[in-house]
Amino acid sequence: MGKMSRLGNALYEGDVSIDFVGRRMLWYTISGIIVLVAVAGLYFKGLNMGIEFEGGVEYRVAMAPGEADQQAVEDIRDAVVGTGIDAASAPIVNTSGTDTIRVQTEPMPDNDDATAVSEAIQEAAGVGEDDISQAAIGATWGQQVADRALIGLGVFTVLVVLFIWAYFREWKMSVAALVALVHDVVITVGVYAISGFEVTPATVTGVLTILGFSLYDTVVVFDKVRENTKNLSRSRKTYREAANLAVNQTLVRSINTSIVALLPVGALLYAGVVTLGSGALKDLALALFVGMAAGAYSSIFIATPLLVQLKMREPAIQRGDARATTRARHHEVDRYAAVPVFTDDMPVHDEPTGDDRDEVEDDVAPSAVGSGRAPRYTAGERPASRAVSNSASAKRAQPSRKPRSQRGKK
Amino acid sequence: MATKASRPGRTLIVFGMVIAVLFGAVALGGSWKPKLGLDLQGGTRITLEASTETGDAVTPEKLEEAAGIIDSRVNGSGVSEAEVATQGDRNIIVEIPGQNRKDLVDTVKQTAQLRFRLVAAAAPGVPAPQPSTGPSGAASPSASGSAAPSAEPSGKATPKPSASASPRGRALSGGLLSADKTAPAASPSAAASPSAGTSAQPLPGQPVPGQATPAKGAPVDQPLAWMNNPGSEWLTKFQSFTCPAQGKVAAPVKDVKAQPLLTCDENGTKYLLSAAVIEGTQLKDASSGIPQGQVGYVVDLSFDSTARQSFADVTQQLAGTGQQFAIVLDGEVISAPQVNQPIPGGNAQISGDFTQEEAQTLANSLKYGALPLKFTAPVVTEEGPSLASDQLAAGIWAGLVGLALVLVYCLIYYRGLGLVVFASLMVAAAVTYATVLVMSEAVGFTLTLPGIAGLIVAVGITADSFIVYFERIRDEMRDGKSMRVAVEAGWVRARATCLAADAVSLLAAVVLYIFAIGVVKGFAFALGISTIIDIVVFFFFTKPMVSWLARFPFFYNGHKLSGLDAENLGLDRLPGVRRPRTAGGNA
Repeated sequence: MGKMSRLGNALYEGDVSIDFVGRRMLWYTISGIIVLVAVAGLYFKGLNMGIEFEGGVEYRVAMAPGEADQQAVEDIRDAVVGTGIDAASAPIVNTSGTDTIRVQTEPMPDNDDATAVSEAIQEAAGVGEDDISQAAIGATWGQQVADRALIGLGVFTVLVVLFIWAYFREWKMSVAALVALVHDVVITVGVYAISGFEVTPATVTGVLTILGFSLYDTVVVFDKVRENTKNLSRSRKTYREAANLAVNQTLVRSINTSIVALLPVGALLYAGVVTLGSGALKDLALALFVGMAAGAYSSIFIATPLLVQLKMREPAIQRGDARATTRARHHEVDRYAAVPVFTDDMPVHDEPTGDDRDEVEDDVAPSAVGSGRAPRYTAGERPASRAVSNSASAKRAQPSRKPRSQRGKK
Repeated sequence: MATKASRPGRTLIVFGMVIAVLFGAVALGGSWKPKLGLDLQGGTRITLEASTETGDAVTPEKLEEAAGIIDSRVNGSGVSEAEVATQGDRNIIVEIPGQNRKDLVDTVKQTAQLRFRLVAAAAPGVPAPQPSTGPSGAASPSASGSAAPSAEPSGKATPKPSASASPRGRALSGGLLSADKTAPAASPSAAASPSAGTSAQPLPGQPVPGQATPAKGAPVDQPLAWMNNPGSEWLTKFQSFTCPAQGKVAAPVKDVKAQPLLTCDENGTKYLLSAAVIEGTQLKDASSGIPQGQVGYVVDLSFDSTARQSFADVTQQLAGTGQQFAIVLDGEVISAPQVNQPIPGGNAQISGDFTQEEAQTLANSLKYGALPLKFTAPVVTEEGPSLASDQLAAGIWAGLVGLALVLVYCLIYYRGLGLVVFASLMVAAAVTYATVLVMSEAVGFTLTLPGIAGLIVAVGITADSFIVYFERIRDEMRDGKSMRVAVEAGWVRARATCLAADAVSLLAAVVLYIFAIGVVKGFAFALGISTIIDIVVFFFFTKPMVSWLARFPFFYNGHKLSGLDAENLGLDRLPGVRRPRTAGGNA
């Protein structure tokens, strides 16, 4: 764990930096392929809608341990077909979980038919009335449920867009966050299409929930980006570098958060798939699991690079970047000019050059030295007490520096 | 600093007291187990969908009325603890826990009928059987002259009709007055109800007088004749009929239009009623109010043209005799008024000792009966108890394992601070448990499988707040702040992030709750509660706890197991710690 923590610090300081933003074409390609596969799956295979949406009758039979085998499945299928009821002429029978067998038929308008099938199953499976669960859903009801789910999805999406807009106050961030959201949802839905898992109201709920999670991940990363780029004009960094640093700095947190969120969902998924085999637990957990994983990925690999790409088109950012590049180049000429004066409570190790957080004075003043220019102020001039910033009157950055005696002190 | 330092302890103590109060409330509630949903304890759930015959909108009042009717039907059929609730604008959910009662589907989805019948006999129907007071119908002098000869001996009892027929203390039965001002002038003579012949005439049924043997009384399809001469067969049935004891719901009565009916009202008076004379659907409107110049509440009703004549005939015969007719909704007598005068216009007024609420209830019932809702049962689920207990076990298992995994991860990664996570999650779990108990006591919240899933997912959300905070503290320390300063500085930033995150989760929960259907609502609800609890615990437990721990050298000096040591942070030396702690540093 120590190594991991070291890495955390290195990432934070910018010593170790994974170029998330720079290699964006790689991430875009990877995501593009996954999304393409998902869409293709959706298009060619379609979603396997559960009976809640389509209507139908589902029976779940709790078998004695070890008896939920293929033989029992065959027996039950024969018994159900044997009832001679039209809707039950082509039942879908399969095992589900460790010892449950599931039977699905078409909708049966007549309640007595449903009971007849239930009794046939009980007899074939050799279980009592307590061991069988039944859900009968009418076809028109399913349509209503589907409509409501769609309305819910629509309303939530609108609210999320409003929230993003209100929170970031900037359409570029909003667009990037939205693209990440869509990315996550498409992938989740695609997984459902390809795996053939049933889509139920619980699934829709899961998808809505991941909209929230994915958004939250993006919020955290973008918060850091905003913090890092607020005083960009005072640092030597381009927007891109600052954003990349933000992603790196939140990387450990993102990983931890995702693990902590995925652990309980994984337990749910296990209980849903392996123990119960079907039902609300599985549907919820699968959607959440896929969606959360995709959400963590997209906030780092998709949202931020996209944001940077959009931001780079702003003239102000371009100017700032050009300035930062120049500064950095000058800095290269005499890199030791930037070494800060040692103070008492400073860490012993070298302050990395990429540090822009609060010791702005250290950054700016030496850069004037590093550039090889002579100090330009004379005794009468008032030394600037604060760092260089754009002022409205001057329209351009004004260099300033502290007297040597005050340099490096706080 | 001294005052500030004392704060975390105080907050913790206050928070502890709040939790104690919460658990005190639970203890008062008396149940330490949350109410389980049907999917966790087994049972039958029937979702009904309402529609009107005419395609009109389903009004909330009607849906409530229908839910009330269905409730008494279900609970009357020997099922205990069945719950009937409306959902949305057109659904009624019937939940029968613990039992497989699919057979009830037909019972609950039946359309409730409102019918106007004539009272042949009425008597207190609760336990003490006093046979002599029973039959009162044949008492009225010579109303049905033709049928009179066949009247049973039992008819002679003649307890004054008003006494037994208008149940004491029952406000619902009052005089029926004509709303038509011209009626009184025409009525006086008619009130005597001279001949049964004319009164039987308007009824469409084929008169089969010959069949009327003494034992059988008048033919049932001639209600006006029948009510005065029900025949011994029905009177015997009436005598042996008892209403359920007060407070218990009657078993559903099979209400057949063309047959006499034995039933009760809500006060336990039993009635022998004729075949229906008017159908509820022939009722045009009903309303309650205080008419001008009067003091008491009345219920106005108006019949449509098809019923006007039959109502006029009925009131013609009944007026002034003290005999009653009964308004029966879904087999239960909701009102049994006497008739003061004949009412030819089709507009009647029921007066009596009504309170506003009673009048309103009666008017609502009448209105409902005029256009009853029809129901289909699009969703019927039956959960076998053994499968349900499997689900409960799986849910609890997943919850415990999920919680344990998160705790282990946090302890390994954050070491000393992991203990804070541990304590916080435990506190959150305790608060959540108490809240669920209080909720199920107060607002009838039931814990379903999706609900459990919501609580489990929330473990991740809750733990995430702590991670955000701890990472912030570590970042601040890397920036060169000492532990104690970093705790406060990190808090300010982590707080904003967490609030944003929880706002999103809460938003999701609310939208889900509004739009989710059926059991999935439980997920949204659980997610919502636990998000709020997360904020509470984070603000009032985790933060003070960390501030408090920051006063211990174990943490602020960065002990190896504190999770904030130099190595863990990736620093060579902790900021703010003057003494180098490693042997290497001393050398």
